[in-house]
Amino acid sequence: MTNHTYTPGGESIGRNVPRIDARAKATGETVYAGDLQIPGMTYGKLLRSPYAHARIRSIDTSAAKALPGVVAVLIGEDVLDINPYYGHAIKDRPLIAIDRVRFAGEPVAAVAAESLAIAADAVELIEVEYDPLQTVISIDEALAADAPHLHVTQLLKKGLFHGLGDFNLDPGNVCYHHSFARGDADAVFAGADIVVEGEYTFPGIYQYAMETHTTIASWNPLQDEVQLWSNCQHPFLVRAEIADLFGLPQNNVRITVPWLGGGFGSKSYTKMEPITVALARKARRPVRIANMVDESMVTTRRHGMNAWMRTAARSDGTLLAREVRAWFDTGAYADNGPRVVATGADAAPGPYRWEAVKVDSWGVYTNTSSAGSYRAFGASHLQWAGELQIDQIGRQCGLDGLQIRERNLLTPGEYVRPGGKPLDADLIGDIRQAAANLGWGTPKPDNVGRGLSVGLLAAGAHPVSTAFCRMEADGTVTVYGSSTDMGQGVRTVYTQIMAQELALPVSRIRVIGGDTQITPYDRSTGASRSTTLAGMAVKRAGGELRQQLLDIASREFGLPPDALEIRDAAVWHEDESRSFPDLIKAHFGMVGGELIGRGEVRPEQGSGSYAEGPVFWEVCIGGIELEVDQDTGKVRLLKTASVADVGKAINPDQVEIQEMGGIMQGLGNALWEEMLFDPQTGQLLNSTLFDYHIPTFGDLAVEHASSIVENEDGPGPYGSKGVGEGSLAGAIAAVATALYDAGVTIDQLPATPERIWRAMQKERME
Amino acid sequence: MTTTTRMTETGTITIDATVNGRPVHATIAAQTTLLDFVREELGLRGAKRSCDVQVCGACTMLLDGTPVSSCCTLAWEAQGKAITTIEGLSAHGSLDPIQQAFVDTGAVQCGFCTSGMVLTAKSLLADNPSPSRDDITAYMSGNLCRCTGYWRIIDAIQLAGERMRDKDGGS
Repeated sequence: MTNHTYTPGGESIGRNVPRIDARAKATGETVYAGDLQIPGMTYGKLLRSPYAHARIRSIDTSAAKALPGVVAVLIGEDVLDINPYYGHAIKDRPLIAIDRVRFAGEPVAAVAAESLAIAADAVELIEVEYDPLQTVISIDEALAADAPHLHVTQLLKKGLFHGLGDFNLDPGNVCYHHSFARGDADAVFAGADIVVEGEYTFPGIYQYAMETHTTIASWNPLQDEVQLWSNCQHPFLVRAEIADLFGLPQNNVRITVPWLGGGFGSKSYTKMEPITVALARKARRPVRIANMVDESMVTTRRHGMNAWMRTAARSDGTLLAREVRAWFDTGAYADNGPRVVATGADAAPGPYRWEAVKVDSWGVYTNTSSAGSYRAFGASHLQWAGELQIDQIGRQCGLDGLQIRERNLLTPGEYVRPGGKPLDADLIGDIRQAAANLGWGTPKPDNVGRGLSVGLLAAGAHPVSTAFCRMEADGTVTVYGSSTDMGQGVRTVYTQIMAQELALPVSRIRVIGGDTQITPYDRSTGASRSTTLAGMAVKRAGGELRQQLLDIASREFGLPPDALEIRDAAVWHEDESRSFPDLIKAHFGMVGGELIGRGEVRPEQGSGSYAEGPVFWEVCIGGIELEVDQDTGKVRLLKTASVADVGKAINPDQVEIQEMGGIMQGLGNALWEEMLFDPQTGQLLNSTLFDYHIPTFGDLAVEHASSIVENEDGPGPYGSKGVGEGSLAGAIAAVATALYDAGVTIDQLPATPERIWRAMQKERME
Repeated sequence: MTTTTRMTETGTITIDATVNGRPVHATIAAQTTLLDFVREELGLRGAKRSCDVQVCGACTMLLDGTPVSSCCTLAWEAQGKAITTIEGLSAHGSLDPIQQAFVDTGAVQCGFCTSGMVLTAKSLLADNPSPSRDDITAYMSGNLCRCTGYWRIIDAIQLAGERMRDKDGGS
């Protein structure tokens, strides 16, 4: 193990340190939000609208309130003392329906009771009269000239974390429009040898974190203090929205985040917290709202999308131009839709050298459940369409999937888009590795397809993270950071970084969970940012603490700090050492004390790593080999390949497992998963896991081959950059290109056997 | 021995069973699921509720060694039976070989599926100490995981099987 290129002392980086949480999770001891018991806690249950679009004429809660054991019933009129609209991008969503419902499943009333069974009974006793309104369920319906409007868009206000520039909306159902153009696309298309064009459809998808949204809220009326325990990914952004909604100082709102049973974006930003706080405020008791799966399915989802795309090339396979128009179905409320729309547009050209690009994308309101973040949003939506067109061009030019990419991919230092951070990855090396992992070029039958894909995702979100660490008198260290561990292993990575910085064994380090009253600010947990940004804040905190130890030792040894080194949990000068507890004792006197290190990451001016957006370009590589049954259209997965271009793998094992998990979700997105909304009623038709297929053991490919690329070219600690999303987008696109190689041109996902069969019939007819 | 279960006029029911080897005697509402009984009445919260329709396996417990979805099993169905929950596997302070193998192979990410996975694997390895990959994927298909992509869970079950066979062979 050679770690001498990193901070002197530790030996943790690049090692497969076992996850610090694995043992407690394997024994069932880990406490998730739904396992918490708060003294005096009541149980909340929601009444949800059966209508996708309706006026609420009346709500009668009298029978529910009279039921013994009911503590409080909340309806829209109970929150009119505050401005009850929230949304981090656009404040378009009331925390409970006020006078109108905009999707089937929207909360209309909430009950707090002594038991969940009583709360459920009480919900049944609430009588609501609705006047149904005309619905717009599909994107096309929403954009029709005579479509009813879900919101008065001109009156909507920006959310606290809009961050997306101009906000002037025409009346209608468009919540956001993002566009950019470079070069003269029309002229390039007119003069091109080859133009491929297509229309594409991507489904709404449920993230399915196995743990549903679960929130406990407690309101102390004497102090106007709110305490939340919530399985949220972005506790500080939720805190800001709760404080804003209820008119409280931010430090009166405390959010404690337990271990999460998965997130994948479904628990990003604010979800069930506002309604839970409002119910607790009314009940004057703590209350827990724990969604069932069908409720979480209508809490957030991935955007469905319709798109049109064309790509131009010269007959030698040189790519020239791409034009894209995409419409994203954000459902009844924007949630993170504007960001998804923008990221999808930014990723649409793909990582190629273009003479011209022209991209427009729109977020569209419909009377369906609200859509937000899901792992690899943006790249997932359009990479498959773009990569399919690359292979269509390649076939016309006599270039295979590897050759056409080698010819056109951007190289390190080239600009992905004007003004941003240039490319910080070796994409040609990455795609060659993916091809090697697939056995590219080896013989195969006609009904077997091999596909590659490559894309880039603007990763990292806004670069603000802070951390601190305390070294106790006995030399043990506690790390305080607010990145949520939702299964990606961030607390293990923090442990390794701190162990490296302080030359301590990982067993001497403890990482506590996020708590807005205790752990310092972190913007969010998503966009593959935890290792790169929060990890850097932890590294800097450890470095500051290390410097304090060296300064103390310098006095004790009577030598300058640079004559000393830290290793094996001590400060050394040649053969002489002083342990950390010794140094702390010398510094504070016999009873000891503690040292505190602090680390910060923020947008840096000048040439710093975090100077230009994005924080880094996440590489989205895919490689799939599959077999298509020519009679039924059924797909058998033969091989999946991943290439994780991570700069430096802090924990290679955890990198590989994230890649494997991302691929499995990508396969689900590409082949099986689709939320089906009734075209008339807008109700979700497949709202249980009976009807909505999550990939199982039986869906695994026959083989999987992983590679990790470590060029130390990332802005994170030790040259690292994030991982976890790229493999998902890469896998979706590689399914599309592998199907194309097997003779199936797919334009709608998921590529079900029926759609593949129909595509094959169409091909045979032509 | 026959055991009888009788509902009272108040809609409650009395259940006698063992939970992780300890006798349990309780009077509960008749409609109480095994999952709610174990989590809420007994306070053993290692089993998780997720899909609630017997698809995902997060709530798996063993009844006389057989895996059941406790979300869709009434508590009274456990009358006279031995209930094993995840807490029972490490009751003596050391990990079961399956739990240890999950830790060692990286089969744990968010952990929400893990207790169910471990218990189903326990039943699999009791039936078949040396399962092939196909045996594992068939037997485990009632347990979902959204994080890991399953590969390491297969590795964990095979490693646990090897270690258990080695131990048996050596004793």
